[in-house]
Amino acid sequence: MQELSLYILDIVQNSISAGASRIEISVDEDTAADTLAIEISDNGCGMTEEQLKRVSDPFYTTRTTRRVGMGIPLFRLAAEQSGGSLEISSEPGKGTRVSARFVRSHVNRLPLGDVCGTLTALIRLNPNLDFCYMQSLDGRSFSIDTSELRRILGDVPLDNPDVMSWIAGYFNEQSELLSGETDQTI
Amino acid sequence: MKSLAELQAIRDKARMQMQMRKDNSEAIRVVIGMATCGISAGARPVLNAFVQEIEKRRLENVVVTQTGCIGMCQFEPIVEVFVPGKDKVTYAKVTPEKVPRIVADHLVNGNPVMEYTIGSVMK
Repeated sequence: MQELSLYILDIVQNSISAGASRIEISVDEDTAADTLAIEISDNGCGMTEEQLKRVSDPFYTTRTTRRVGMGIPLFRLAAEQSGGSLEISSEPGKGTRVSARFVRSHVNRLPLGDVCGTLTALIRLNPNLDFCYMQSLDGRSFSIDTSELRRILGDVPLDNPDVMSWIAGYFNEQSELLSGETDQTI
Repeated sequence: MKSLAELQAIRDKARMQMQMRKDNSEAIRVVIGMATCGISAGARPVLNAFVQEIEKRRLENVVVTQTGCIGMCQFEPIVEVFVPGKDKVTYAKVTPEKVPRIVADHLVNGNPVMEYTIGSVMK
């Protein structure tokens, strides 16, 4: 995978499989500290201590269609290759939190890529789940929370085409404001 | 700037359209593999291509959903199309460029694009 946004899409699939109804994603960049942190937390079924120990093993998976589980190991590799690290905490019945830290200027740090594409794909495919996305750069930030949008929309679903294009438009505007550039690829 | 007032206007317009829309139980389902294998092979742009093409043609009876890994990772991105009353059609190694033809030939006109199906791709 060539973009961090694709890793986010992949890790969130784990939250969806864990039966989460609300998934929070944050991307936090700090130029002075030279860090980029990605955190994905959910209110899904969580993992036992035993599962947590084995989650970075590519030959461990809970699925039955194949014998490998590459999501977390690949995300860990992407973080460690850029001089960063990955941490997971989880509690059965409460949820899971995956935090990856990258050295922002490291030559092997992948670009963030099309986060808007990831977020709209997730909302489009899972209109009944709530996603909260927060992005910050040196203390300034923006966020999109589908539970807030839902309060305005009432019975109109999030995957309505006009709603989806509003979300993408809002995301791109906010992201441009944050980065101060028209090109959102960092 | 995108405002919440704009979102409220979208809501009001959508409510009027929803009353006109028919029951969706007979919808065509387009199912995209969104596991690690699918995502790394390019499932996200394929999904976006389907969504755009379906919206462009204003197809009301098509639902796009996701599935996990179905165990044929080497053929990802895999897209399964379920037309009510017909056999499932599985497309393999789908690219955004292939999507407009699948939508036009299969979803609109009911003729699966045989050369894109997994049977043809495996040969």
